[in-house]
Amino acid sequence: MYVPVKGGERAIENAHKLLAEERRGNRDTPDLDVAQIDEQLALAVDRVMTEGSLYDRELAALAIKQARGDLIEAAFLLRAFRTTLARFGYSIPIDTGQMVVRRRISATYKDLPGGQVLGPTFDYTHRLIDFSLLEGADPENLEEGESDMGVTPHVLNILDREGLMEPANGSSGAQERGEDGEVHVGDLTREPLEFPADRDIRLQRLARGDEGFLLALGYSTQRGYGRNHPFAGELRLGEVRVGFVPEELGFEIEIAEITVTECEMVNQFKGSKNVSPQFTRGYGLTFGHCERKAMSMALVDRALRAKELDEEVEAPGQDEEFVLAHADNVEATGFVEHLKLPHYVDFQSELELVRRMRAEIEAAKVRNGDAEQIEAAE
Amino acid sequence: MSDNHEPLLVVDGLSKRYGAQLGCRDVGFSLWPGEVVGVVGESGSGKTTLLNCISARLTPDDGVVRYRTRLGTLSDIYQMSEPERRMLMRTDWAFVHQNPRDGLRMKVSAGANVGERLMAVGARHYGNIRGAADDWLSKVEIDTGRIDDLPATFSGGMQQRLQIARNLVTGPRLVFMDEPTGGLDVSVQARLLDLMRGLVGELGLAAVIVTHDLAVARLLSHRLMVMWRGEVVEQGLTDQVLDDPQHPYTQLLVSSVLQP
Amino acid sequence: MAETSGYNFAYLDEQTKRMIRRALLKAIAVPGYQVPFASREMPMPYGWGTGGIQVTASIVGRDDVLKVIDQGADDTTNAVSIRKFFKRTAGIETTTQTHEANIIQTRHRIPEEDLRADQIMVFQVPIPEPLRFLEPRETETRKMHALEEYGLMHVKLYEDISQHGHIATTYAYPVAVKQRYVMDPSPIPKFDNPKINRSPALMLFGAGREKRIYAVPPFTDVHSLDFEDFPFEIQTWREACALCGATGSFLDEIVTDDAGGRMFVCSDTDFCEKRREAGHAGPALAAEGAV
Repeated sequence: MYVPVKGGERAIENAHKLLAEERRGNRDTPDLDVAQIDEQLALAVDRVMTEGSLYDRELAALAIKQARGDLIEAAFLLRAFRTTLARFGYSIPIDTGQMVVRRRISATYKDLPGGQVLGPTFDYTHRLIDFSLLEGADPENLEEGESDMGVTPHVLNILDREGLMEPANGSSGAQERGEDGEVHVGDLTREPLEFPADRDIRLQRLARGDEGFLLALGYSTQRGYGRNHPFAGELRLGEVRVGFVPEELGFEIEIAEITVTECEMVNQFKGSKNVSPQFTRGYGLTFGHCERKAMSMALVDRALRAKELDEEVEAPGQDEEFVLAHADNVEATGFVEHLKLPHYVDFQSELELVRRMRAEIEAAKVRNGDAEQIEAAE
Repeated sequence: MSDNHEPLLVVDGLSKRYGAQLGCRDVGFSLWPGEVVGVVGESGSGKTTLLNCISARLTPDDGVVRYRTRLGTLSDIYQMSEPERRMLMRTDWAFVHQNPRDGLRMKVSAGANVGERLMAVGARHYGNIRGAADDWLSKVEIDTGRIDDLPATFSGGMQQRLQIARNLVTGPRLVFMDEPTGGLDVSVQARLLDLMRGLVGELGLAAVIVTHDLAVARLLSHRLMVMWRGEVVEQGLTDQVLDDPQHPYTQLLVSSVLQP
Repeated sequence: MAETSGYNFAYLDEQTKRMIRRALLKAIAVPGYQVPFASREMPMPYGWGTGGIQVTASIVGRDDVLKVIDQGADDTTNAVSIRKFFKRTAGIETTTQTHEANIIQTRHRIPEEDLRADQIMVFQVPIPEPLRFLEPRETETRKMHALEEYGLMHVKLYEDISQHGHIATTYAYPVAVKQRYVMDPSPIPKFDNPKINRSPALMLFGAGREKRIYAVPPFTDVHSLDFEDFPFEIQTWREACALCGATGSFLDEIVTDDAGGRMFVCSDTDFCEKRREAGHAGPALAAEGAV
């Protein structure tokens, strides 16, 4: 006898048990330590912190463990946790000019003050599988390098000094200021996303956005869909201090030191016969070491400035609503995956409609056929 | 050069279907040098399908479209090689779209828009190209001071005039126009019609103009074809067709318009 | 350096090399025409010279001497990396001296020294399609090439002049090869364009990510697009090279301090060193010598 499906409670419970089992895998293999993820899958942790928009290495590593290595799922876990946290206030903007640089390169100059610092990079490795890692070989110990290279100036300041660079706050200049005359920076986590969005909101959205999505969009601008002639002016990775002024103290204290990746693109000059040409900017910033993301973000940031720079908006990468509405992978994954939820009521209605339309067309065919036969007979 | 006693364009038995939907059926007509033919009818009557088929933009299912090239021979445009056909389309022919955005390059200046066809056929002297652009902008009554401006900064009427200049710069002999005054307000329409009539007369252009506006047809065309349900139901001299319509549909069409 | 075991000579298997050589032959037979080829995954990322590396790997023999430059210099990281790759996978001899090499793989420059008929230049190409930024669709651009519809290219140059007073393209400056195909010479500065025209050396261009190979055979006419009244011009500098004093070479700007200090030096490091060895000295060295 047919029994209608009812209540999935037990099914769900069992599914969760299975999931836990699969997550653990073969019990002969040692359980993965969160510290191991943090240390040895550090770039996954960085990505999850960035897209989860919470700087906490241990939590991010734990989320990766729980998500079985599904990084979008892990970012989702982190976001869901973040939203429960009490907010004490806003930190003082970090100063990347004061960064203790571990990696810093510029593609626009062969050499420059502070030098090109390759740092830990895949860039010039040959992508050959290193079978020695199978045996768990440790690399040779590095000698302690000379510490503290001092403060490294931003590359774009060099162009800026000559007036070759547009001001950092863009050509629109006038930023929103509050009654106290302070520059007001929006907060995407407190206010809904509204269009048109200013650059502060756009950058926040991009910073949280999906690496793959931004990568593809940035790539599309390079291939002619909204081209903006980018040069990697500077890419830097290192540690910066985070300062905070607690109201009860009234002075700044250092609350953290975090790792960030910053990318400043130098783009296509604007100008005409009358207006001096200048280079324009695209900006990318991420938690941890997320170079690909920072670069993609900078490309897309620049592309999204099309309107402000009087460029025609013609490509997906320049379309603010398109980009910002779809950049967030937690939102995107939710909606794509919701298709797995039951939709049978809607589907039933569609089914009925399609059947009816087909029947009507069949009926019409029969009628016409009769008519033609009659005509032929006459 | 062929003399004016031979037709420039000969269309015969032209048909086009879109699946079960009829585009146009068994259309035939000839067009002589310097002659302007109007094609009128309501939306869906097949006028635009006809225009696209005879201007090498839409391959017909049946029928022949022949054009007398500058060599004097009458050639089937769908039998030509693609380079020949495309050359024809960008030198000897012009196509004016209803929406100027479809016929202009919105990202380059007015001057570049006018100069493009010249460069496409090998013009390589910047000064001369610019001179021609300048000349054509004044012919279509656009302030030559706007030569370096983007078309997006132009009004609808100016964009339409720029499209015409861009098309006529290579000295075509045949112009196809698809509702050239559609989308413009009435005073702007009048100015554009006046300009087009002047240019067509002055340059001795042959033209096929598709319009649903009988006033436009009366003002510009020597001859008129009335289309209804994909077929030409009546054709003749413009005044004759409009003042003494024979086909019931034409009578309906004419009576539905306020007489001037 | 020891050769890497487990891989074929010069990394690619012989079948792949044969496929690439066929594409190369076709490219040479139709100068400037972009020949599609089945580009392979390489152990470097796309965009880092995989096209050039595949071309070099397909033509290199055991007796060849390879030079690799990036931005004109042998010591730039990517050049070092690629040179090392071929040393490792082919065990061939490499050099930094232009005259010693018979294969020169390059990114963004052509050496200053005149090339010879027994030399082959291999260019790394990011975007092979010169019309790409005017028309992003491949189906359209291939048709434009086939029908020789290049008016749009001149529209771009016209627009440059009308908006800036001169042609504003400075690198990847489009050329017409043998009065037929318009070609992207890869992002070399336009300064290097004249070196391709009627060069005795064979010029091969490989684009790995975009899967295209094209070529300019020796002694082929290569014309940089321009207008009669705005003829093609190359970059010039007021300064001479600070190290070797050269005045006719392509110069890089080097920022020397945080206060706007800078100097100009040859981008072609081999050329610059040779001149210094021959006793030439630019302002920077002359000043040092005087101390």
